[in-house]
Amino acid sequence: MTTHTSATQSLSGGAIDPALLRFATAGSVDDGKSTLVGRLLHDSKSILRDQLESVTAASRRRGSDTLDLALLTDGLRAEREQGITIDVAYRYFATPRRRFILADTPGHVQYTRNMATGASTADVAVILVDARHGVVEQTRRHAAVAALLGVPHVVLAVNKMDLAGYAESVFGAVTKEFDACAASLGLRAVTAIPLSALAGDNVVHASRTMTWYTGPTLLEYLETVPVGDTVRRRPVRLPVQYVIRPPGAEYRDYRGYAGRLASGVLRTGDRVTVLPSGLVSTVAAIDILGEPAQKACAPQSVTVRLADDIDVSRGDLIATGRPPAPVTDVRATVCHLRERPLRVGDPVLLRHTTRTVRARVVEIPYRLDTDRRERHAAPDGLAVNDIGRVVLHTAEPLALDPYECNRETGSFLLLDPTDGATLTAGMVGEPFGVA
Amino acid sequence: MTTLAHGALLAGADMYRDICHLDALESESAHILREVAGQFEHPVLLFSGGKDSLVMLHLALKSFWPAPLPFALLHVDTGHNFPEVMAHRDQVVAEHGLRLLVASVQEYIDSGQLRERRDGTRNPLQTLPLTDALRDGGFDAVLGGGRRDEDKARAKERVFSLRDEFSQWDPRRQRPELWSLYNGRHAPGEHVRVFPLSNWTELDVWQYIEREQIGLPGIYFAHERDVFLRSGMWFTPGAWGRARDGETVQRRLVRYRTVGDMSCTGAIDSAAATVAEVIAEVTASRMSERGATRADDRLSDAAMEDRKREGYF
Repeated sequence: MTTHTSATQSLSGGAIDPALLRFATAGSVDDGKSTLVGRLLHDSKSILRDQLESVTAASRRRGSDTLDLALLTDGLRAEREQGITIDVAYRYFATPRRRFILADTPGHVQYTRNMATGASTADVAVILVDARHGVVEQTRRHAAVAALLGVPHVVLAVNKMDLAGYAESVFGAVTKEFDACAASLGLRAVTAIPLSALAGDNVVHASRTMTWYTGPTLLEYLETVPVGDTVRRRPVRLPVQYVIRPPGAEYRDYRGYAGRLASGVLRTGDRVTVLPSGLVSTVAAIDILGEPAQKACAPQSVTVRLADDIDVSRGDLIATGRPPAPVTDVRATVCHLRERPLRVGDPVLLRHTTRTVRARVVEIPYRLDTDRRERHAAPDGLAVNDIGRVVLHTAEPLALDPYECNRETGSFLLLDPTDGATLTAGMVGEPFGVA
Repeated sequence: MTTLAHGALLAGADMYRDICHLDALESESAHILREVAGQFEHPVLLFSGGKDSLVMLHLALKSFWPAPLPFALLHVDTGHNFPEVMAHRDQVVAEHGLRLLVASVQEYIDSGQLRERRDGTRNPLQTLPLTDALRDGGFDAVLGGGRRDEDKARAKERVFSLRDEFSQWDPRRQRPELWSLYNGRHAPGEHVRVFPLSNWTELDVWQYIEREQIGLPGIYFAHERDVFLRSGMWFTPGAWGRARDGETVQRRLVRYRTVGDMSCTGAIDSAAATVAEVIAEVTASRMSERGATRADDRLSDAAMEDRKREGYF
């Protein structure tokens, strides 16, 4: 349900409040996304003097008297030449309360794959709509991609309220419309904020005009939304990246399995299963980057030693709880990223955590129309930016979790075996958690 | 390794509350470094002796502890480096028993393969010795200390960045990078540039240096030095060049925010003599690191992008 109070309600419940937040922005061409990003950076005093001077000079060279904040974010020659954003850019800013990594995704071209890229690591997705136009096709697509990629929190940023008379009724109508869309996608934590990026209302500073709105500004929300706790409550998943075996006498018996905890809290003495072999052992020791520790939690990079001398190598998964059963048939929802289509029969490489295996596309049951949530046959395969279902057969068994339970162990990439190009992003399980 | 003391702080307290942003960045960088060791045959770590490469080396030593680094270091020596930085570089290499390879711009100039530029800067001349060293060494992954916050062209850079046989970067042909699945597949002759510090900012680097007590060359801290003003920046005279007519050498209290070729790296007026004072200064600064101290990035809007396209880091 969309509500502007849900953020403040949930704040008190969050015991864990990491000081680093990753968020992604999504918006159509004229929704004012560049202005919003510019406003957020500008009003939080994150634009430095020389950067501002450079943008001012560039604006002037282009014959503009006003500051073109898009020039601040469009970093490539071609982008400035064409006045468009080509690719995802990552930006960094900080307030006294938190540090932020912003995946600034272009809404212009190739939107689905770009937004999927930004959303894959985001704790929060900020979906922009124009208050005058309300929920449009692109809004539904952005909401669908956020749901599909399992972004834990969504902000509906109702922009250009200055052009809609700052009217509460307009904001109410847009949020109601978005509610219906969000509910059908299973989006849970949605917070709607009425704002004007141009005038600066509710971006960093509270609006003096929209006094009817009592929720947080966008920055306040981003500073306080609790993240990162759920991943630690899940069973342990530790993909093995690298086996550390020091030469020489000092650490003769040291055999450490290095990796980053995808989920859970791992303690010495824990019983673990190594997949895909299924062998069971006990955690004898944990090193957190050179320091011994009794426990470690996601997303820490660790080195683990086991009590038993069993065969463990890169690509294996160390797990607690009920481990996923290794399978060679993978059913997943995918976003196709490459211009060359993905077709039934294609040989591919499947990269899952640290494991890469040969695989074949067995079936493409359907392509998903994210606007209408309709399924269409895909006789020509999946084109770039298509979202669809695939069935894959792999040469070796994989220990997969459903994506909705674990974004790290439930995701994979398909690669082109000839040149290694990244073809497709995959999420194990049904789209949007429905059959 | 300077110190691994911070883990002791974590052991007693509630772990949940102690994952600060530096821990998150550190773990992410360790993950990237280990992916390089896991995915490639012949990685190499670019090492200049500057703060970013010292942080990267520290992270790498921690990531593979107690085993030694599974790769060598490579320094592209412009011949116009700060002597303090070279001394620090050699000291760190000796202390940890590392293997250091050096590609020398001076040798290329002496042999006639490169010609000195009229403006005296050797920064762009690094590209050929670098790409030759990568080819001759058969390196398939090259770790660099580049950060996305340095420049708007870098903001578009992937963590794993595929380069063709000419080391060229094509921003339009970048691979989408989702989750933490880094794709290091490449054809023979191609290589991948890897940036473990992509998500760090200048301030993060300094806070980490403070926490981990990483030693730095002295030029990062306030000291008196003979400098002259050019293009709004304080330059140190040396073999690379001296003050011209109208430029006067004066003794000032300065420090460097970045370390690079002496011909294009300027100092700033500063009294910050300790890491804590530098952190306070960087926090309060209204100038970006590059804008304050890098002459070559002022050449055009796309200076960094253009050099990256040619194979520069």
